[in-house]
Amino acid sequence: MRRPGLPAIPMPDAMRGKPAKIVGLAVLVVFLYALPLLDLPILTTPDSDFAGVLYTMATYVLVALGLNIVIGYAGLLDLGYVGFYAIGAYVTAVLGVQHGHWPYLLTIPAAVAVTMLSGVILGAPTLRVRGDYLAIVTLGFGEIIRLSAKNSDWLGGARGIQNVPKPPSIHLFDVPHLKWENGTVLVDVTNKTQAFVFGFVDYVPYYWMALTVVFIVLIADVLIKSSRVGRAWEATREDEDVAEVMGVPTFRYKLLAFAMGAFVGGLSGAISAAGANFIYPDSYQITVSVIFVAAVVIGGQGNRWGVMLGAALVVYLPERFRGLEEYRILMFGIALMLLATFRPQGLLPPRVTRRAKALERDLEELETGDEAQEVRS
Amino acid sequence: MHALALNFDFLFSNFSQLTVTGLALGAVYAMVALGYTMVYGVLQLINFAHSEVFMYGTFATLWTVYFMGGTAHTSGFALARMFAVAMVVAMVVSALVALLLERVAYRPLLRRNSPQLMALISAIGASFVLSESMGLRDNITRWIGLNDNFSRYVSGARDTRGLPMDIQTHKLFPIGNYQVTNIDLIVICCALLMMLLLDQFVRRSRLGRGIRAVAQDPESAALMGVNSTRVVQLTFLLGGLMAGAAATLYMLRIGATRFDAGFILGVKAFTAAVMGGIGNLRGALVGGLVLGVAENWGSALVGTQWKDVVAFVLLVVILLFRPTGILGESLGKARV
Repeated sequence: MRRPGLPAIPMPDAMRGKPAKIVGLAVLVVFLYALPLLDLPILTTPDSDFAGVLYTMATYVLVALGLNIVIGYAGLLDLGYVGFYAIGAYVTAVLGVQHGHWPYLLTIPAAVAVTMLSGVILGAPTLRVRGDYLAIVTLGFGEIIRLSAKNSDWLGGARGIQNVPKPPSIHLFDVPHLKWENGTVLVDVTNKTQAFVFGFVDYVPYYWMALTVVFIVLIADVLIKSSRVGRAWEATREDEDVAEVMGVPTFRYKLLAFAMGAFVGGLSGAISAAGANFIYPDSYQITVSVIFVAAVVIGGQGNRWGVMLGAALVVYLPERFRGLEEYRILMFGIALMLLATFRPQGLLPPRVTRRAKALERDLEELETGDEAQEVRS
Repeated sequence: MHALALNFDFLFSNFSQLTVTGLALGAVYAMVALGYTMVYGVLQLINFAHSEVFMYGTFATLWTVYFMGGTAHTSGFALARMFAVAMVVAMVVSALVALLLERVAYRPLLRRNSPQLMALISAIGASFVLSESMGLRDNITRWIGLNDNFSRYVSGARDTRGLPMDIQTHKLFPIGNYQVTNIDLIVICCALLMMLLLDQFVRRSRLGRGIRAVAQDPESAALMGVNSTRVVQLTFLLGGLMAGAAATLYMLRIGATRFDAGFILGVKAFTAAVMGGIGNLRGALVGGLVLGVAENWGSALVGTQWKDVVAFVLLVVILLFRPTGILGESLGKARV
């Protein structure tokens, strides 16, 4: 706290590290953009195209950010999030090639709008039921979306939709990749990425696009979380009845969380459709939803950095160890169980939990009185 | 897309058949739903891995039939005896898997007071592990070095495996224009009997009272001397027994299974549990039967490819009008 009249005020702790923090962040951002070009030895996936993997990771990170609003902030268990992801991808494909020739960039707002609308349509009747019921209702929603796409010729049936539109290409410059040979770094002049050409082979531009969207959504997420809306979500999650009594219209805020989550899910679906070239209903199974939820929960629901880490790992680890193809799901299952047992708050638990924990400890000390305190010390 | 043509002719001309077969399928749903509903009633936890408990039951049935030398010509009394033994084996196997699940996937978390969602993640992980270890059973036995003796049991680990015999159905008596078969009757009666036994057990026995007490208020139950760990074990055990019996009945009707056969059935059973009112045993029965019949009617009306959509839409509609399910939640409610 600043006291008037004292000339030499020491810089607050939060301010002191700021320039360094900004520089660090900038370096991280540049590093993330450059990652597919660096071809780092251990990090790069040996059996699949690293840029493609990074692109998928970025779309999953986006999904996790969206699902984190629903699960982490508002505390609603959504097991059918893949439905929104699918709607986003399908709107892009339907408007872009199946029943129209919209340019890709125009299909994105349409995809997001339709997804948000579907989120409201799903949420309005179902958010009134008790929290745990929501899980099965949303799971059903995800299946309904998949089966509807599969069973209607208008949406391409089981074969799906081919030639999904791509973002417009502008060829500005070429970026060479790096190559590692016995510990020395070489610039590989034969392997260049054309910025920004969205083709069929090179996934680097798609990754850049997805990463940029991730940053935009991340900034929006930071702003919303610290706003009145974010606090209302937090209150609703912690105790719905108390929140309602304190004047938070909980139903409206839950619906808003659902719509925001759907928004990001649809956006992510549309982004993923761009690089996929073709989409088909069976790639939107319940299992994908389950993996989305797993990403959010193991990362640490409610902590945006945690869920991003969770999403990145959920995509990266299976790709990194593709050699163990057969055992991937088995290992994933074991990893989930171990994590749940040994890291019950997730990899990066949210700060609020720690604060709440300290509060809880204080309360407990108050309740048990001095004796217990003495015993403990 | 074909406009959704409602095929009322087909529905009405096959009404009794659709209803009876729907009831038989619904009875299987209901028995699996019991496992979800009881665990939910006691722990407020969606036991995501319960579908795998059922799947292990189907394999236990299949392997018992193999082991007892079932061939394409087995029929009549020998077949009946085989299935009776298979049902006992399946119930034991499923119950053991359920107990193992409780021990490995839930108890460590409960002890640490983990958040609810983490228990769900643990359950999802356990579900993956169980189904994949069944799907990789040929590799696993190869490591142990058993492959030669067990090839019949473990080969084609990722394919659908069927019973060696076609089960002959006998027409017993007509309802409407459908001849009810012995299989329909066995499945429905068996399921009803098992559920009646379970219902009476939970309602009247001392252990059942413990389950209801923990479901109602775990802390008070503990103060009254109920061992909650035992009660949780007991619910898993009972759920496993029911799932095992359901698995044998399922094999009797469908005749084939696969390492991932549990998943969709589990989703349906959980839907049934929620539909009837989760935590409510009779609700699970009602939910299962309603779901089975509605699915059959619905798919007759709009086409089989929409079967699952019908099921989920019905769930949403029911929850809109009865937010706690058809019979409401009541495992904990004491009733004399």
